[in-house]
Amino acid sequence: MTRPLFAATALLCAVAVHAADAPDATPAQTAAALQALAARVQALEADSAKLRETAAQALAEADKARAELVAVKAQLVAAQQTTPAAAPAQPASAPSAADSVAARVAAVSAAPSDAADAKVAAVSAPAPSSTAAQVAAVSAPSEGGGGNAGGANGNAFNPAIAVILNGLYERHSLAPDRYVRAGFPLVDGFGTGPQGFSLGESEISFAANIDDKFYGQFTLSYDDDNGHVGTNIEEAYIDTLALPDGFSVRAGRFYSNIGYLNSHHTHTDNFVDRPLAYQAFLGDQYGDDGVQVRWVAPLDYFLEFGGEVFRGENFPTAGAQHSGSGAHTLFAHAGGDVGTENSWLAGVSMLQARTAGADDGFTGTEHLYLADATWKWAPNGNTKDGGLTLRSEYFLDRRNGFLSAVASALPGSGAIDLTEPMLDAPWTGERRGGYLEAVYRLNRTWDVGYRFDKLWASAGDPYATGFDPLRHSLELTWRNSEFSFFRLQLSRDEPYRGLTDNVLSLQYDVSLGAHGAHKF
Amino acid sequence: MYKYAFLLIVAALFTAPSAHALQAFACEPEWGSLLTELGGDTVQVDVGTSALQDVHVIEAKPSLIAKVRRADLVVCSGADLEVGWLPQLIKQAGNPKVASGPGYFLASDQITTLEKPSKLDRSEGDIHPQGNPHFQLDPYRVLAIAKALDARLAELDPPHAAQYRQRLADFTTRWTAAIGKWEAKAAPLKGRKVVVHHLSWVYLNTWLGLEQIGALEPKPGVPPTSAHLAGLVELAKNQHAFAILRAAYQDQKPGDWLSAQTGVPAVTLPFTVGGDAQAKDLFGLFDDTIDKLLAVAK
Repeated sequence: MTRPLFAATALLCAVAVHAADAPDATPAQTAAALQALAARVQALEADSAKLRETAAQALAEADKARAELVAVKAQLVAAQQTTPAAAPAQPASAPSAADSVAARVAAVSAAPSDAADAKVAAVSAPAPSSTAAQVAAVSAPSEGGGGNAGGANGNAFNPAIAVILNGLYERHSLAPDRYVRAGFPLVDGFGTGPQGFSLGESEISFAANIDDKFYGQFTLSYDDDNGHVGTNIEEAYIDTLALPDGFSVRAGRFYSNIGYLNSHHTHTDNFVDRPLAYQAFLGDQYGDDGVQVRWVAPLDYFLEFGGEVFRGENFPTAGAQHSGSGAHTLFAHAGGDVGTENSWLAGVSMLQARTAGADDGFTGTEHLYLADATWKWAPNGNTKDGGLTLRSEYFLDRRNGFLSAVASALPGSGAIDLTEPMLDAPWTGERRGGYLEAVYRLNRTWDVGYRFDKLWASAGDPYATGFDPLRHSLELTWRNSEFSFFRLQLSRDEPYRGLTDNVLSLQYDVSLGAHGAHKF
Repeated sequence: MYKYAFLLIVAALFTAPSAHALQAFACEPEWGSLLTELGGDTVQVDVGTSALQDVHVIEAKPSLIAKVRRADLVVCSGADLEVGWLPQLIKQAGNPKVASGPGYFLASDQITTLEKPSKLDRSEGDIHPQGNPHFQLDPYRVLAIAKALDARLAELDPPHAAQYRQRLADFTTRWTAAIGKWEAKAAPLKGRKVVVHHLSWVYLNTWLGLEQIGALEPKPGVPPTSAHLAGLVELAKNQHAFAILRAAYQDQKPGDWLSAQTGVPAVTLPFTVGGDAQAKDLFGLFDDTIDKLLAVAK
């Protein structure tokens, strides 16, 4: 505040010196110069008076602030007299203890309710009695601490990004190109795995609430199964968030909610590969473009009903029949707890489709019925620390149509003498499949599991041979954290009469980024 | 047709207004207990987990979806404690009342947290970017949360607002008196050193002045190395830890092992309401926690 005053004085002095240093001027010139100087001095004096006034105002304000500070300090001393450190020595009286509690509650509250409390809290941070943790608690109001949590960061609203990396090594006793499955032609990439190293399925997914009414998810996957190489849009859908009374709608490309495993991403599976029934009837997992409606009943136990309409382009459907709405599904799931240690989930679903030229050569009408059941037992309900998971699914597939093309992936090399089916041969009848798996969790790190798979072909099927494929699998999984696991699996697969494929698989599966929230 | 008729009857039966003004879902027992303190008979409370469960890794069970489906209010710790299951429950329940807005109450939004990591990297384990979420053992934070929760109850259920206010005042009086009692009783614990199982005791330690010198699980969610455990034995002996703290839900073996190696007693604390027979409610939780600590402090 004193600096402008000083500058004005210096200027005045300079002017005076300048006036004294003019000896050779005429009297008239000197009079004029003196007049001008007098005017300037007057102007400068007015300026300095104004500045002095401003300075006085500022000083008054500073005094006021100092008084306020003293008041707050007094409050602080009062509060400190009843801090926990002093409490044992001199039992605090009730009202002052309450004050102290209020101050500390205010200190830890994200939004201090009262200005005075907030001041006490703010000032008490550097007090010698408070610990470093208390300082942290006091000096970190919710919006300030995160750094990237709020503020003007352009990335603040980026969707949650999760990357799943999956790698596989498989050793087959039967060369994959000699693998053939009785009654169930192999559709692209959904038969046996490749020999040696492969990338399995690695994916990246983005998810976020779009606004108050919609949620969106986008999953891009890299597939390296034999036959399918490259990236594809695995899922890209929106969900409603605001429909009332337990209703929700999903639209876009997504996995159907039929059965149990179908809506689950493969990286949450208990085994390296999908059950035979999933490979044979759904091409591992049926997803397509369409719409889903779900309703959850307001009951004490879980009960949901729903239905979907799909384009009908992906296996087991094809050709986008019915003007691009060729596949329809219905599903119902129920679940609950039995005591604190047991939980269950069971469901029935069906897929009905008109198909033209599916990957296995089928054209006609298909009805696929599924029943699924899961039972989990864990001590105290801590499923990640131990316990048993039992799961079974059963498929019944009714077809009414004909063979319109010989399946592209139909093997028939060397060892097997396959009779090439007749084109336009009728394809009607009933095929069935199922699996039963039991996984025992030893602790948070290890689990061990067994799965039995079986398929029953139809006698009227163009590929039928009278043999029913079956497989036994054993797995052992080691988890370092929630974000990584390694799995060893041994399988004995008998896909065709006289053929056995003994498979050893080693898998890693890790997730990076956003913490996933998985379905039951 | 019969199926649809049946569905309609079921829907009509179960959407009929209940006697309770408000249906609440609490992720953890401590918030269930707090809801009962503040709401009394007016609020019907479903609690999603028990004190014997590890709330970090609960599964999105069908029974929990059903509970969230019928809730008017969801009360959870937040700070990503339930990140592995709560979003899935809300997504599947189809209940817009609790998907966002006043029906979605996270305790972590009401207070400041401790141990906010300066470095976000999963090599540090399953860390929580928003700080340590186990703040139910700081009575001051519990009170701050009670105030905010009470305001939320009044917002959702205006006809009972006066009643909620009255119950909060009553709770505040009893709680404040209890804090004074607890602090006086726990005074001998100040400055004593402890080893912990999981990093879930920072709020209790800070409140009571306990000093944490080591942890059996130094990186959350990741098993410790044998070198770390060997170092911990030395540390616990040399620094004269008086107790090894673990929660009722945690595996007893690592603590027992360290106790056998060092002679330092392992103490199982309730950690939340229902963790043992004495911790029947929030008051019992703190009473019992301090009693158990004093019993081994000697």
